[in-house]
Amino acid sequence: MAQAISPPPEVVREDGPARGDSTDAAGLGRVRAAVFVAPALLLIAVFLVFPALWVLYLGLTNYRLTGVAAAEPQFVGLDNFIAAVTTPAFWNSTWLTVEFVLGSAVIGQAVLGFTIAWLMRDRRGTLKRAVEGLVILAWILPSAIVAFLWVALLDRDSGTLNAMLGIPGFAWLLDHPMLSIIIFNVWRGTAFSMMLYGAALGNVPPSHLESARLAGASSWQQLRDVVFPHIRGHILTNLLLISLWTFNDFGPFLLTAGGPDGRSEVLAVHVYKVALQAGELGHGAAVSTVILLINLVVAVFYLRLLRSKK
Amino acid sequence: MAAIELRGLTKVYPGGVKALDALDLAIPDGEFFALLGPSGCGKTTLLRTIAGLETATGGAVVIGDRDVTGLQPGARDVAMVFQDYALFPHMDVTDNIAYPLRIKKVAKAARHEKAAEVGARLGLDHLMDRRPGQLSGGQQQRVALARVMATQAQAYLFDEPLSNLDARLRLEARTFLKKLQRELGVTTVFVTHDQAEALAMADRMAVMEAGHIRQIGTPSEVFQRPANTFVASFIGSTPMNLLDGVARGDTLEVAGCKIRVPVSAEGRVPDGTAIVYGVRPEYMTYSAEPADGAFGGKVAIVENLGASHLVTLDVGDVIVQAVVPEGSEPAVGDDGYALPRRDRALVYRDGELV
Repeated sequence: MAQAISPPPEVVREDGPARGDSTDAAGLGRVRAAVFVAPALLLIAVFLVFPALWVLYLGLTNYRLTGVAAAEPQFVGLDNFIAAVTTPAFWNSTWLTVEFVLGSAVIGQAVLGFTIAWLMRDRRGTLKRAVEGLVILAWILPSAIVAFLWVALLDRDSGTLNAMLGIPGFAWLLDHPMLSIIIFNVWRGTAFSMMLYGAALGNVPPSHLESARLAGASSWQQLRDVVFPHIRGHILTNLLLISLWTFNDFGPFLLTAGGPDGRSEVLAVHVYKVALQAGELGHGAAVSTVILLINLVVAVFYLRLLRSKK
Repeated sequence: MAAIELRGLTKVYPGGVKALDALDLAIPDGEFFALLGPSGCGKTTLLRTIAGLETATGGAVVIGDRDVTGLQPGARDVAMVFQDYALFPHMDVTDNIAYPLRIKKVAKAARHEKAAEVGARLGLDHLMDRRPGQLSGGQQQRVALARVMATQAQAYLFDEPLSNLDARLRLEARTFLKKLQRELGVTTVFVTHDQAEALAMADRMAVMEAGHIRQIGTPSEVFQRPANTFVASFIGSTPMNLLDGVARGDTLEVAGCKIRVPVSAEGRVPDGTAIVYGVRPEYMTYSAEPADGAFGGKVAIVENLGASHLVTLDVGDVIVQAVVPEGSEPAVGDDGYALPRRDRALVYRDGELV
């Protein structure tokens, strides 16, 4: 009780040494701070770090989904990696993925997203809200629903598109599988680019655009001389993100299941087929590791561009 | 180089705000013209409408002998200096200055030569390879001016060209701008909210309020004979004394004092008319001795203006201010008398100059 009556000296005496030990702003000290962070670190370790390391390990074994190798996997060294990169299907998938990324992300989403953001930049009201609402809707719908919508749209016999074009029986997903999934992914993912560019365009000083207009610059010249230099960082960040997302996207499987005959089997689908359909988990893990390396190369490429400030 | 003429120019913003209300204005070729007014008065809108950055709702803009009302900004042959200078951060000084020429498809060698020439004239020769981010505010302003000069436009438009400079530099830039405009002889319209800037630089000026022009004239006309009480209170570094009063024969009864009718209003204010008596503190003679026709009161505040003092007198329940030369300033609480100069005092009736 006597202590409670005179709190100020008590506080100083208790906190003095603790403050001296810790250099952090909260004054917790290393041990107590670690306790606070531990739950989050544990979750990250269990669900992120461990699976990643596990994949690296699996890639070096002949682990299978079923059978003897599932019970007693053997260490096989780099066999899986050699097998992975010597399989023609792998290279087929790689090129399809590059096509998919360039067509649907770099060209499709980025260009379309920028175009919409640019056209809507000065608009207010119903039209802008309607356009943005529709584009964002395509982005936030669950994949299962989206896949069903597109199957219904592109169906050979009773699809909406064929009915509108008056060409019943045209098999979009069989005759043009890559085109189908590229357009599908553009539709699906443009919202992100549109929103990012919309925010970026808000940072372009109006006086710079007006200055160019007074000099007589055309719309294209205004874009080239004012807008693009200003939002260069945003463009590269956007391309980095959508390239990686598209590279690893499993969405195409929902439309074409990689078919027909592997003609839309992008790498994400390839891994699924190798690891889960064929059951060769070791082989699939090796392919996953290669995909990871490709992703790293792509990321480093964009980050280099970002850092080389012109 | 060309004259600018505005005929019944009206600008209504979506939502119904009338920024410009049927303005008529003629700016002769080669004039340095100031648009002055408080913020929101429409001066910047007017400048932007001349430039074509805003579309006029009604009326016409004529530059030279061309009606440019419907033309795009780039087709109007005017050049503008923006408040933030609008220099492109990714281009060096040369490319910034040469930018309008590049748009006009002038060959690279020719436009770089022009940029070097204009840059040298503005003292930028040693900075031509720098980016705007590496320049001081004053240097950036000169680059913006150089870009305007390189275009050889019919008219220059300056939007608050000095407001981003610090106070010391602003005075220098003021003198520099005025000299430059005189040498170039290009019709120039500039917008400012600083009355001292407008008085100092302009050949003629327009004082605007709420989308209307309240007075057009030379700086001395506007300073000495403000056309209405709005202009009177807006112009001048020390605010004009504006005092309610009543005409009584050949004297005015203002703040309980008998003041002689100013020269300009002699015989023009009938007995019994309610008036506003206006006189600048600079046009008052202060003395400690009572004088005929002077405002008498107690000294309430003495403010140091540097070479002079601003003395505030309590006269009845109003205040009267007078500028007193240094050395003869009174002490607070003294009795003081301020005698207005009859040839400089003004009388307003219903807000308009008599």
